[in-house]
Amino acid sequence: MKDLVVMDPKEIIARRVSLEIRPKTLVNLGIGIPTLVSDHLTENLGVFFQSENGVVGLGHRPAEGMTDRHLTDAGGTFTSAVPGASIIDSAFSFGLIRGGHLDLTVLGGLQVDAQGHLANWMIPGKFVPGMGGAMDLVTGAKKVIVAMLHSAGGVSKVVPECTLPVTSQRRVDLIVTELAVMAPLDDGLYLLETGPGVSVDEVVAATDADLIIKGDVPQMDLSRTA
Amino acid sequence: MHLAISMEEAVDMIPDGARVMLSGFMGVGTPDGLVRALAASGKKDLTVLVNDAARPHTGVGPLVTAGCVRKFIGSHIGVNPVVQEKMRSGELEVELVPQGTFVERIRAGGMGLGGILTPTGIGTLIAEGKDVIEIDGKQFLLEKPLRADFALIAARSCDYVGNLTYMLSATNFNPIMALSADVVIAEPEEIVPVGVIPPDAVKTPGILVDHVIKRTV
Repeated sequence: MKDLVVMDPKEIIARRVSLEIRPKTLVNLGIGIPTLVSDHLTENLGVFFQSENGVVGLGHRPAEGMTDRHLTDAGGTFTSAVPGASIIDSAFSFGLIRGGHLDLTVLGGLQVDAQGHLANWMIPGKFVPGMGGAMDLVTGAKKVIVAMLHSAGGVSKVVPECTLPVTSQRRVDLIVTELAVMAPLDDGLYLLETGPGVSVDEVVAATDADLIIKGDVPQMDLSRTA
Repeated sequence: MHLAISMEEAVDMIPDGARVMLSGFMGVGTPDGLVRALAASGKKDLTVLVNDAARPHTGVGPLVTAGCVRKFIGSHIGVNPVVQEKMRSGELEVELVPQGTFVERIRAGGMGLGGILTPTGIGTLIAEGKDVIEIDGKQFLLEKPLRADFALIAARSCDYVGNLTYMLSATNFNPIMALSADVVIAEPEEIVPVGVIPPDAVKTPGILVDHVIKRTV
């Protein structure tokens, strides 16, 4: 469990996302902020974390000197496995992802728009990292949460319509930034919660997309755990 | 019949311009000895099919860094600045394929299927120029099989008839790629007598393996 007294923006996002994780589910965490989410979970949820390279039951990073080059996560970082873990090949791994067996994926984003489209695999003319497993994850997971900083270089990443190539036509379920929790629905993007100490006006000012605001919007309650 | 060959013989077998599948995920489960030997050989114009470009000195990286690769087919090139640079300069052609589609196209190539239907990529740049087929009211993209001239496989153990095992996340693309190339060359970490690998533990049957890299000790 992380100390709540001093939390940087990424840890705020990770803690809030961790509250969305349900017991005994299969979860895939993307690289970057999503990877931080598992640090905020209590140990006894019975959740299995999957990585695209074929681990079902990722554990924490092993102690110094106990790493093994045959056991890494989707970022290529040394990892460990929990009791009950299993290993599958890449075809099976994406069968889990596309086949409706994955309960939740948490992914980073370059942009998300008011329709809930995610763009996270290329910036034309600038940087083309590739989609890796992201297109399959967004298309196939039962629930998709985007975990990202609200803006980059002072520019809102929550936009009316993605200007970057989208990752999937599927609408994501939830967007969590350090400033807000938002949900794209049929009639637009709803502001569900604001970040700790953040006002609704501040979120609106920092967001290029129109936000639908109904009633009093609560602040994230980060004292809870999943 | 499985022939133990030297690294040099394996390299000689692979001509300039060959289409080569390489297993691995960020360099884990990649046959590093074969990659290094190929990179040192000065091969030209290879097409590599590999999940990711790893880093300049891991996975397929050394092959690209050495200028052996003309075309890269895979899903991720984000942490290899050499690949990014060669792509920008036009020296390297890059074809990006979603990872689940990539492995399933290779599986189709090895299992005699004419392609796969996947929902992944519908409504994105990936769908451009491809057939969309509706099945029971749902849209799928028709993705064609992928095969190669050579598959270079990294195994944990190999017995005298070529049966292979893999270890943990180094498994990844190995068992799929071993089905989908005309010539399969395995680089195992250890060679064991027949019987040491129980039949249930074999992940790639030896009948699929054409050559095994000879032990030097």
